[in-house]
Amino acid sequence: MEAFMGHLTVFVLASFVGWQIVWKVAPALHTPLMSVSNAISGIIVVGSMLAAGYGPLDYAGWLGVGAVFFAMINVVGGFWVTQRMLGMFRKRGGR
Amino acid sequence: MDLSTLTTLSYLVASVLFIYAIKGLASPRTARLGNVLGIAGMAIAIAITLVQPGVNAYSRIAIAGFAGGAVGAVVATRVPMTAMPETVGLFNSFVGLAAVLVSLIAFHRADHPGTIGQIEIFLGVVIGMVTWTGSVMAWAKLNGRVAGKPINWPGRQPLNLGLGLATLALCWWFVASHDPLPLYLTVVVAGVFGLVWVVAIGGADMPVVISVLNSYSGFASVATGFIIGNDLMIITGSIVGTSGLILSIIMSRGMNRSISSVLAGGFGEGDAVAGEAASVHAQAVTRGVNVGDVETAIELMRSARNVIVIPGYGLAVAQAQHPVRDLTELLEEQGVRVRFAIHPVAGRMPGHMNVLLAEANIPYDQVLEMDAINSDFPDTDVALILGANDIVNTDALEQPGSPIYGMPILEAYKARTVIVVKRSLNPGFSGIDNPLFYRENTMMVFGDARAVVEAMVKEFKGAAVG
Repeated sequence: MEAFMGHLTVFVLASFVGWQIVWKVAPALHTPLMSVSNAISGIIVVGSMLAAGYGPLDYAGWLGVGAVFFAMINVVGGFWVTQRMLGMFRKRGGR
Repeated sequence: MDLSTLTTLSYLVASVLFIYAIKGLASPRTARLGNVLGIAGMAIAIAITLVQPGVNAYSRIAIAGFAGGAVGAVVATRVPMTAMPETVGLFNSFVGLAAVLVSLIAFHRADHPGTIGQIEIFLGVVIGMVTWTGSVMAWAKLNGRVAGKPINWPGRQPLNLGLGLATLALCWWFVASHDPLPLYLTVVVAGVFGLVWVVAIGGADMPVVISVLNSYSGFASVATGFIIGNDLMIITGSIVGTSGLILSIIMSRGMNRSISSVLAGGFGEGDAVAGEAASVHAQAVTRGVNVGDVETAIELMRSARNVIVIPGYGLAVAQAQHPVRDLTELLEEQGVRVRFAIHPVAGRMPGHMNVLLAEANIPYDQVLEMDAINSDFPDTDVALILGANDIVNTDALEQPGSPIYGMPILEAYKARTVIVVKRSLNPGFSGIDNPLFYRENTMMVFGDARAVVEAMVKEFKGAAVG
């Protein structure tokens, strides 16, 4: 219960931080916001490795292989496509 | 410093870097640096996880990781900007799927985690599955594999209710038994719910759906963070979750609808079909529409002091953003001031139109949000509307009975002349006729946005030479 309350505290405080910073994002950059949030959602790769990055390659081990695979698609694809999009935004005369 | 302190510190640094990645998006000037900081945060998080004492199956982690990374790289480099909405949908789906897998691993690998732990696993599966199948359905609708119009049937509401009740019962059964059967039945029930939910929502509401699913993908990460007991996953997931929630709110406001009414589904007519060109023309004339041609349109714009271009989804479909850039440059050479006005729900996802214009090399300081430009229309000589409809529909201001009444619009009708380029008089996604088309100061040019704008560019160059 103590561990749960600690995580709950982090969850609530982080949600407030998110609320504050996301409202300040420029509306013109809402699509890159979504793709970069896809990328950082790939953080689930950390959980995948902690949960199944050890032991035999049994059923759970295979589930872990799948989780790492799908999470890394997001990490690499998300950051890369965001960088590609942001590279297109130029000011007048700056092309 | 021992490893556990170093781990906590690294996760803290990664969290801060992720926050900077989002903060950077407050302006296009800082956005690229923010993204690089985000990449650094991810590298730190993965590196410190790899040296944890419990992690040692390096060969399979490496193979799965590099394979996934390669797929991600191919997707990121190949995807056209017009296809960003379905790509984000696809990425959302992978987060959901990974969350389901991690929740199931936790169930199979760990000892009985106590009631709170069981509920965490159960929620990880439910949120993850709805995110996964819902996102796959959104992806299929956005790229046309499934019809864009809402698919409705009489038993839909009872079915949703049944699935909800079944989920509650399965939760109780799982907590009481800690048996795999109720957990895997939940996989099926939540998966079916995701499909049934999104299939009933119309194409025009997709910006909200994509935002909501983005939010769910964040909360799926939060649920798995609780299961694993990892604060970095909880922090990251919370930020993504609130981000998607805020985007959903902004999109709903842009349509003057509540999020719940959008998510209930059944709204919108799907893609309008263009009729025969000749009959479109004849029909328009009999209905009292001023039908113009490309030459007249060019004449009006050349003699204007300022022009505001209003792009809609039709522009994206027709891939007209590059010829629009050419037209803009030609007009600017004549001393005409050209700007772009973006409605919050133009396109198929938040901010989509801005990316398409940026791709066509249109400077971002020339592209303005609705609130910033609406007061300029009365001083504008020409408003050029390209493939947009509902977002300039004056019924939203004048007809209290209209389904879109109260929706904020771009007030193009206040411009001295309005030129509308559209394939036909057919109503847009909302299925509502647009009185703007019948106004005295409006001229309709029928045709595909790309073909018409290309013809305008050609005409312009011809006129300049002759």
